[in-house]
Amino acid sequence: MTLLGLYNYWVFILLLVVGLYAVLASGNYVKRMIGLGIFQSAVFLLFITMDKVEGGTGPIFRGAPSPDQLFANPLPQVLILTAIVVGIAVTALGLAIAIRIREEYGSVEEADTRRLDEQA
Amino acid sequence: MMVESILGLFTLTMVAIVAIATVMSSNLFVASMWFGIFSLLMASNFFILDAADVALTEAAVGAGVSTVLFMGALALTAEKETVKMRLNWLPVAALVVLSLVLFVATFEQPKLGDITAPVHQHVAPWYIEKTPEYINIPNIVTAILASFRGYDTLGEVLVIFTAGIGVLSVLSFKPKGKQTISGEQLGQKIRGVQHHMILRVVGKLIIPVLLLFGLLVQFHGKYSPGGGFSAGALFAAAVMLYGILEGADRSEAAMPQRIMLRLAALGATLYTAVGIACMLLGGHFLDYNVLWSDPVTGQYVGILLVEFGVGLTVTTVLVMIFNAIANRPTYQA
Repeated sequence: MTLLGLYNYWVFILLLVVGLYAVLASGNYVKRMIGLGIFQSAVFLLFITMDKVEGGTGPIFRGAPSPDQLFANPLPQVLILTAIVVGIAVTALGLAIAIRIREEYGSVEEADTRRLDEQA
Repeated sequence: MMVESILGLFTLTMVAIVAIATVMSSNLFVASMWFGIFSLLMASNFFILDAADVALTEAAVGAGVSTVLFMGALALTAEKETVKMRLNWLPVAALVVLSLVLFVATFEQPKLGDITAPVHQHVAPWYIEKTPEYINIPNIVTAILASFRGYDTLGEVLVIFTAGIGVLSVLSFKPKGKQTISGEQLGQKIRGVQHHMILRVVGKLIIPVLLLFGLLVQFHGKYSPGGGFSAGALFAAAVMLYGILEGADRSEAAMPQRIMLRLAALGATLYTAVGIACMLLGGHFLDYNVLWSDPVTGQYVGILLVEFGVGLTVTTVLVMIFNAIANRPTYQA
């Protein structure tokens, strides 16, 4: 049972590796953005795992504040809340670049764009 | 507690399986669908871990907005990977080593929910203790986001704005000497999903509810989970739904890119202006205490204005990105 307290970290490692694998092994630029998205979610999971406090609740006061209320750590939540929205904006930028690559090269596969670059 | 941990284990296992399925599918349409499911499971897991604000944002952004953007991008690129992903031994070896190192390191980490973990000792208890005294709003996450760490949030808003500008600039180029392919040639005869009666009727009913919920999340974010970031994603999701149902040309007509761009700049400017106003009134940058005769009310006013700026920028940037991708003509290869 004590080892199950580490389960979140193990899933974090798996997601990190799976996401990185898609970035490294796939030649498709859109697939790479999906891989980066999974990689990014792994980091979110690591941070949100940190915030949990046994017996605590979400960091919102109910009723009068009293010192015996136990809350989850709000700081990692703030960092990840903003990072999620920044993440989607940056993903969109990557997708826009992939769209432009398709328009110029006719393909979003790295093998094709590389071949066309060598011909030019 | 027991139920909570079982639910946590269950959703995390599902997350892991779905992540592998996402990467394995060579059909990118299928992969982006899997990715949407992945985000929704991730959001439920964040909720189980007591992070309601994050769960709300992840559900709106990850499962809603990002799936739409991926599908828009797939329509303009290619739906399938033409080069199949082969088992490539060099990355596999590197990643196995990496995961083993990380796996060994986890045994040094604090267990889930351990209150003696270093992260709960440093500045976080101070934030929790001082929020009622200095800011007096129930949601500590909003208090930190908009006030205690307002600098960080200003930076994030500027990054989002810059990414929006980036998408617009990248997509402002038109390929030289290439013909566009019309919708008829691609086999799509009707705009949007107008031939799907049920989708249109039900979808249209959702839009006003979504907008209303967005308003609640925006302005009630001091008392319940929410704030500018999640509200912005919800508003943008409503506009995207309208664009999908009625055609993206209509969503752009309703929210023209030029006006969206100016509103996005206005949101970021409002945030900065609140900071400068604090300086002019004799305080520090983003020190809301001086905004009102009573410091706590000053904090309230400052957070309200700043969150409004955040919501405005996030909404307009996401709408701008959607319109730019969805209205892009397909060019001949």
